[in-house]
Amino acid sequence: MATNDTPLERIARATPDSLAGRVGGLGDRAIAWIFIAPTIVLLLAINIFPLIWTINLSFTNYRANRLTLGSEYVGLRNYERILTDPDIWHNMQVTAHFLFWTIFFQVLIGFALAWLINRNFRGNAFWTTVIVLPMMLSPAVVGNFWTFLYQPQIGLFNYVVSFFTGVDPASFQMIGSVRLAPWAIVIADTWMWTPFVMLICLAGLRSIPGYIYEAAEIDRASKWRQFWTITIPMVLPFLMLAVLFRGIENFKMFDLVVELTSGGPGSTTELASINLKREAFEKWRTGYSSAFAIILFVTVFGLANIYVKALNRVKSR
Amino acid sequence: MSAYSITEPSRRQKWIAGTLVILYALITMAPLAWIFLTGFKSPPDSISYPPKVVFTPTLEGYVNLFTTRSRQTREYLDSLGPARTWYEEIVRKREMVIAGPSKFGERFKNSVIIGFGSTFLSVFLGTLAAYGFSRFKVPLKDDLMFFILSTRMMPPIAVAIPIFLMYRSLGLSDTHLGMILLYTAVNISLAVWLLKGFIDEIPIEYEEAALIDGYTRLQAFYKVVLPQAATGIASTAIFCLIFAWNEYAFALLLTSGTAQTAPPFIPTIIGEGGLDWPAVAAGATLFLLPVLVFTILLRKHLLRGITFGAVRK
Repeated sequence: MATNDTPLERIARATPDSLAGRVGGLGDRAIAWIFIAPTIVLLLAINIFPLIWTINLSFTNYRANRLTLGSEYVGLRNYERILTDPDIWHNMQVTAHFLFWTIFFQVLIGFALAWLINRNFRGNAFWTTVIVLPMMLSPAVVGNFWTFLYQPQIGLFNYVVSFFTGVDPASFQMIGSVRLAPWAIVIADTWMWTPFVMLICLAGLRSIPGYIYEAAEIDRASKWRQFWTITIPMVLPFLMLAVLFRGIENFKMFDLVVELTSGGPGSTTELASINLKREAFEKWRTGYSSAFAIILFVTVFGLANIYVKALNRVKSR
Repeated sequence: MSAYSITEPSRRQKWIAGTLVILYALITMAPLAWIFLTGFKSPPDSISYPPKVVFTPTLEGYVNLFTTRSRQTREYLDSLGPARTWYEEIVRKREMVIAGPSKFGERFKNSVIIGFGSTFLSVFLGTLAAYGFSRFKVPLKDDLMFFILSTRMMPPIAVAIPIFLMYRSLGLSDTHLGMILLYTAVNISLAVWLLKGFIDEIPIEYEEAALIDGYTRLQAFYKVVLPQAATGIASTAIFCLIFAWNEYAFALLLTSGTAQTAPPFIPTIIGEGGLDWPAVAAGATLFLLPVLVFTILLRKHLLRGITFGAVRK
């Protein structure tokens, strides 16, 4: 204890014995543990224990819908089968397409919006709140409603497209066609999550002190040059943080897309999570899907870690 | 902000920026406005081509949302005598009678119970843990904090498999308690990270003064720190509530009846013909409305909440 030297402990040591008795009814260390322990216990019970269980199951051929049948240890066979399964690689491709384009559009539109809002026109706070609304809503309910907007002929989306392009609104199906369905989920996700990127970019833009631009102005740097040498580098750490969050979230994506297309048509929009749900809760291949879950978790965890290292390098620059 | 002389955008620039942003805001609001409007359409109006913007509003969608109905023959309907209530009259016009209440009310109530229950628990546990991490020397503090955050990276479906098995053997499947515990476990990472940020911002001198005045640690915690952290606790609570309210994957996989929340239920309202969009829209409207109100209340802390406290303004 003597080595600890926080002001509180100095006070504790300096207080007279009678007072120290009251303060010490519970020692600081005891309080710290009593306060933190419930959270850790809950996470161990509902996150870590299940994770270990999943790892265990992933080496078996257990099926959760057949209670009478036991399960056998099958070693790494589940992992082998997953990594050589073309369907799984197809899911990964669909996920990668979804990830890349949602992040691309959200960064582009989100940054542009933040940049415009940062012009500080009158009423910008109000309109920011309006723009932010979609991302707070239930993705499942929103996804379900987008199926209505995407209906050929009667849907608002098809109607608006036909209004501006003259294409017959019954001539294309956003969620029924193999070619358009992957874009249908990208559009809905972009509509929902662009505000997220915008908010973070806006915080980045507002964190740039005005005097830097003034100095650049005095040096006669063009607006274009100021944008590329001041604005972009200063906002980059924020932008990368936004991409990290969106990347993790969209890698796990389930609710919005499952309600929108449920993976169809065929498996054109079947993201990894959607296939995982099918394997685990429709085909009941519990062991196999556990291995799949572990692979997904390791992938997202590994990628996020590499990314955070890059982010820290940008920050420290 | 003070020295904005040469870098302040010109009036013209502001005007253009404002117009573009407002344009985007209106486009982004269109789907939401459409949900709201569709809730007041009659089923034929909701699927007309071209989509109707002007229509006679009706509460049929809301009536359909809250009731189950059965189709009857004309003779039977005539034998019933006049409709006693306005909602019966709406249903009669479609040659149907009300068979009973729908499950929407129950599902909505489940969302409220599970949402508030898990929010209370996560904020309660989160505040304690955040205070512990903020004020005391905890061994491996950074690792523990990262551990808490990393639990959020798991795909829900991946955790759902063993939780499904675990709940089945503990009798927690499809119960309020089970869902409350589960949502608490998911939300606690957010609660701890956000609240630690808020508590870190309260000057430690306040507590030191209280301790010198003879307060015990616990007294100082709830008489000095808690009131100071009230805004932070409130906004954390709203974030937890919104998450629990919106959650879908766990609700879909782990509940089926007693404890099912609204998100997996609303898409099923569409009915057999797949045409009752006004009822779906009505359900969606009622379900999304509280979140709109909360978002407006939260707007100052929004950024902080969505980034787990990583970005503060």
